[in-house]
Amino acid sequence: MKKYLALVLALCMVFALCACGQKAAPEASKDATAASVEPAAELIKVGIINNDPNESGYRTANDKDMKATFTKESGYEASFAYSLKNDEQIAAAQKFIQDEVDYLLISAAGTSGWDSVLKDAQAAGIRVILFDRTIDADESLYEASIVSDMALEGKTAVDWLASQNLETYNVIHIQGVMGSSAQIGRTGALDEMVAANDKWKLVTQQTAEWNAETAQQIVQAVIDSGKEFNVIYAENDDMAKGAVAALDKANISHGVGKDVIVIGFDCNKWALEELLAGNWNYDGQCNPFQAAYIDTIIKDLEKGTAPAKKVVIMQEKGFDASTITQEDVDKYGI
Amino acid sequence: MASFKSASQESAAKRIGSFLAKLVKHQIFIPIAALLILVIFNLIADPSFFAISLDQNSLGNPVFSGYLITILDNASELVILAIGMTLVTAASGGQDISVGSAIAISGSVMLRVLCGTNSRPEVLQAPIIVAFLVCCVVAMLFGAFNGTLVAIFKIQPMVATLILFTAGRSVAAWINKNELPIISDASFGYYGNFIPGIPIPTPIFIAVACMILIALVLKFTNLGLYTQSVGINANSSRLNGIDPALIKFITFVILGLCVAVAGFIKVSRFSTINYSVIAKDIEMDAILAVALGGNALNGGKFNMGASILGAYVIQFLTTTLYKFNVVSSALPAYKAVVVIILVVLSAPIVRDKITETWKKLAPVKIAKEAS
Repeated sequence: MKKYLALVLALCMVFALCACGQKAAPEASKDATAASVEPAAELIKVGIINNDPNESGYRTANDKDMKATFTKESGYEASFAYSLKNDEQIAAAQKFIQDEVDYLLISAAGTSGWDSVLKDAQAAGIRVILFDRTIDADESLYEASIVSDMALEGKTAVDWLASQNLETYNVIHIQGVMGSSAQIGRTGALDEMVAANDKWKLVTQQTAEWNAETAQQIVQAVIDSGKEFNVIYAENDDMAKGAVAALDKANISHGVGKDVIVIGFDCNKWALEELLAGNWNYDGQCNPFQAAYIDTIIKDLEKGTAPAKKVVIMQEKGFDASTITQEDVDKYGI
Repeated sequence: MASFKSASQESAAKRIGSFLAKLVKHQIFIPIAALLILVIFNLIADPSFFAISLDQNSLGNPVFSGYLITILDNASELVILAIGMTLVTAASGGQDISVGSAIAISGSVMLRVLCGTNSRPEVLQAPIIVAFLVCCVVAMLFGAFNGTLVAIFKIQPMVATLILFTAGRSVAAWINKNELPIISDASFGYYGNFIPGIPIPTPIFIAVACMILIALVLKFTNLGLYTQSVGINANSSRLNGIDPALIKFITFVILGLCVAVAGFIKVSRFSTINYSVIAKDIEMDAILAVALGGNALNGGKFNMGASILGAYVIQFLTTTLYKFNVVSSALPAYKAVVVIILVVLSAPIVRDKITETWKKLAPVKIAKEAS
């Protein structure tokens, strides 16, 4: 009985293998024909390694921008690979090197471990451009790095807040995930100001880990304790939204000319609409549109001119509720 | 053992000792003790901690506010999940770590039904009750998926649910085509905030309704008995005519229903969703609630009330830490220390030790007082 069972199972396995083989064969031939057709068009081949577009609104906007810029019409043949894990990204980079892309565009999940794969790329004559995130590797291994300066974003926002000339600043500071570059940059600017200035006080400084609900709980805890505050400095829009929900519940007015100033970051479209309605006061941009910068650099490199600076810092705006327009919302909202 | 018991009945002192020992040994003792410690600590630090006041929100509706209300309100989702998690733990001897991801999925489904194709509709595209029912069905299907893997394929629950844990948030994003829907209709927000005119947050009502429901189910059906017997010994329950696979499967489907309700509250709180952070790490808190309730994490007997109290203890602790403005980078460490103490205290070995010490100490104390 057992022997029969073994026989049946073995047959099943053989059939399964056959089925796999048959399926695999036509796919392989399809790849081959695709490969033989493409080079005729003389497109610039770019391999783009990005983080998962579901990660955040920022990433979704970033990915959309990439896809809109690197199209066949504008002379590119783009392949995309997504992962939030460094090792998977490195594996994807190796695959792109084997595929002999002309440019490798990388938004790295982690900062380390990229040396050997970048050397492979250099040896294969592939040029590397980093966007959004830097990595710990020798500068000679890449052509350019296009990044946001989070510390500058924070400083722009804090300077704007200082320009409001309040008598005292009692700030509820809601931080992002501790150790993330956005958190470090945006916290640093405020911490510096508070340390240097007697008028500025932190009522509370807590991490809500980018989570609206946690932010609401933190602000609720401050309201329940009866402490005075007049500024909410939330390191992204979601957390600002959570904070505002707590204010609404306690009937504390917020926005332009009201009791509490609300500051958010990232310029989500809905957040800019809150600004336009005067419910929030300020929103700092974290520019996800690197594709245009990369496009210029690649076009220059094709002509033979190297970029003037290795590290390109993108222009980033901060929006004030009293000056924002519907055009800004449409143009910069992500 | 028997001689010791009969001896203890002889003297009153020993009887009190054994009463205290029994109290310490009772399962619900640990969460109650933890709650009492937190309450006393907060009372000493700030007597106004328990003050509740009736204010108005920005829409002019009356609302109760105060720490106590905040804790009860914010613990609601966790309490509801703890109910399902207790049953799953008891029957399968393992935990479902995918509830956070499953909340993202059910919330996403709900918004998808309400929004239709447009991610920011002016009017709701479907009645809320329809969206809720669809969301229940989907969440129960995902629960059934986990349940099938555990009950029929006999995969370790933590490994089986790892699949959904990993994939869930991407699935949730995919359901809404990667967009972040926002619902502008105010009535959708009632379920996560306040119904106009009623000053108590709606999630508290929903949590209480779930508690009553599960109490009735446990009282009038054999669910509690069957899950415990399957958890204690699946083989002997099968010999007694209970199908262990079916019972395990049912507990996962019930957890799916709990996920749907929790997801509904979560998306209603802000009338929107963020796939990557919604209900993040809530699975760990739900498991912790079960552990704090003194339930054996490898299955068998359970005490539903203790799990629910455990969930409130966790939220009480979180709010207390916010109140005392603990430095954010140290927050997890504080929480970890408290959790270690509570979990060690609720371990059977430690509790047995405490019981023994009580028994030894109590007669001595009373004898001293008498002399």
